[in-house]
Amino acid sequence: MSNDRRLSAPGRLADEDHGAENAGILTAYMPDEPLAEFALAHGLRVAAERPPIGPYLKNLWQRRHFIMAFATARNIAMYTEARLGQLWQVLTPLLNAGVYFLVFGELLHISRGIPNYLDFLVTGVFVFNFTSRAFITTSTVITESLPLIRALHFPRAALPLAYVMIELEQMLLSLVVLAVILVCTGEPITWYWLLAIPALLLQTIFCVGCGLATARLGSNVNDFSQLLPFLTRTWLYVSGVIFQISTLDIGRKYAALLQINPAALYITLMREALLATQRESQPGAQPFNKLKCEAWHLTPAKHLDWSAYCAPITNPGHYWYYAIAWALLAIVVGFYFFWRAEAQYGRG
Amino acid sequence: MDAGKPMVVVDDLHVVYRVFGAGGDRGTAATALLRILGRKTRGSIREVHAIRGVSFVAYRGDAVGVIGRNGSGKSTLLRAVAGLLPAERGNVYTDGEAALLGVNAALLDDLTGERNVVLGCLAMGMTKKETKEKYPGIVEFSGVGDFVDLPMKAYSSGMGSRLRFAIAASKSQDILLVDEALATGDAEFRVKSHARIEELRQDAGTVFLVAHNLEEVEQTCNRVIWLERGQIVTQGENVIEIIDRYIDASGGAPVERDPVTGKRVHARVPLKA
Repeated sequence: MSNDRRLSAPGRLADEDHGAENAGILTAYMPDEPLAEFALAHGLRVAAERPPIGPYLKNLWQRRHFIMAFATARNIAMYTEARLGQLWQVLTPLLNAGVYFLVFGELLHISRGIPNYLDFLVTGVFVFNFTSRAFITTSTVITESLPLIRALHFPRAALPLAYVMIELEQMLLSLVVLAVILVCTGEPITWYWLLAIPALLLQTIFCVGCGLATARLGSNVNDFSQLLPFLTRTWLYVSGVIFQISTLDIGRKYAALLQINPAALYITLMREALLATQRESQPGAQPFNKLKCEAWHLTPAKHLDWSAYCAPITNPGHYWYYAIAWALLAIVVGFYFFWRAEAQYGRG
Repeated sequence: MDAGKPMVVVDDLHVVYRVFGAGGDRGTAATALLRILGRKTRGSIREVHAIRGVSFVAYRGDAVGVIGRNGSGKSTLLRAVAGLLPAERGNVYTDGEAALLGVNAALLDDLTGERNVVLGCLAMGMTKKETKEKYPGIVEFSGVGDFVDLPMKAYSSGMGSRLRFAIAASKSQDILLVDEALATGDAEFRVKSHARIEELRQDAGTVFLVAHNLEEVEQTCNRVIWLERGQIVTQGENVIEIIDRYIDASGGAPVERDPVTGKRVHARVPLKA
């Protein structure tokens, strides 16, 4: 079969000088037909082609061990330089909570109107940190992993996925810390705590979707990762991490919009799962009572629980639906957006 | 095995690197603002046209040597064939997966050798069980010994590339791309890796070899592609002739050869037993 190689056809030359000089000894075996047709006729495929979604997902599933191993390895590498090592995984959330409590709870007294403010705050900070860290770390995952991308074949979505898994692991540790804080501050352990599992699951799906999208955005627009910390900080202040959204003086319509933004939703769901005081003082928890509600608005410190007598800004029964919708929207759009550029990630 | 079957078809390939932060202005906030106001957006971005219109076909059983000066686009070409660098124009067609073995195939520097081996294997699509099975062999082949517990940034460059070679060579592939992987190893490792490449070549079908050591190319390859500034100067099966012309063009001393066999008189690369 080797006689379909032709030894006399000239190859592609750099310039005419070389061509004239070398014509005699050139032995390139190029086919007569255009190379693209020749390649396809012999069943060859484009090397850097993006695989269809189905096989891509299958491939990704096949690399699940890689994703987990990569996440663990990165996590270990992150703390190897520090003397306290992995202890920082627990210290970081604790210090975070401590700073916010000192500033907002003790110095500024925003705790007015929220029963058990410490728990309210710490839950909010931990849940929000997961979302914001997922955004910030994934925005640089492609540039950080360029050597790996240029060395080995694997579905690139494995990288942002691994980074979100690192943050999830951190979040789980934070939840353990949180559970200890809750018990110490007198929150009862109830069956409601189990609701934290679906809440965290939905939040993780949401973070994976967003992480995929930010990974692509951060891969070619370097300005994006510079801007991101400011965006997440703004997000922090509008998502009711350090205060109740219902106490904001911005009108019901806007307050409702803030309440159904994904960050606020996942925080609220987690708070309602873990904090009995939140379930009881959430607006709408008691039948509407205009007097008591106004009393709470005027002097919240005296009537801590009376926020329950106010009308809710949105129907709390719908929170789970919104949470599911956000998670699905993020994962579908984020995955599609990332996958579209799959073949482009090796470029510097 | 069908020897005439094409394995790699490269059709008018162009590869462009985009480099941020190239020189130009003084790099202050004021110059950046002026640049944006002057609508010269992204002024510090520079394009490096690394491969400009390369075409060739490689068949099953071929061992293709790619030679050329530093910066002539050899490594870029191999990365593009491996499907790891997107093409600006033109296309690379391959039959099956291509594996790239290179010194630059850096894994994660701040992790231990052990973790790098496991990650590399898993990333190449091996299962956990396969990885476990291959692990001792990989570490043994690399010869890093006790250093496997240390982060890779503590390795000498030779040790690092040996480990990388061992990881990448642990899986047989349809198309094998070897990029200077043997350059930093010591004599013992070269003999070992030569044998491994030969083995892989039996399984693989097509091998590409980038090496500045021209003796290695002469011994291993039946075809040569000579690249210069991202274009093919010449390519063909007359390996020795092309290499001699390349040595002549780059100003090296001519090689003494046996007039009958064309083999080098003073061979330095260990010959296959």
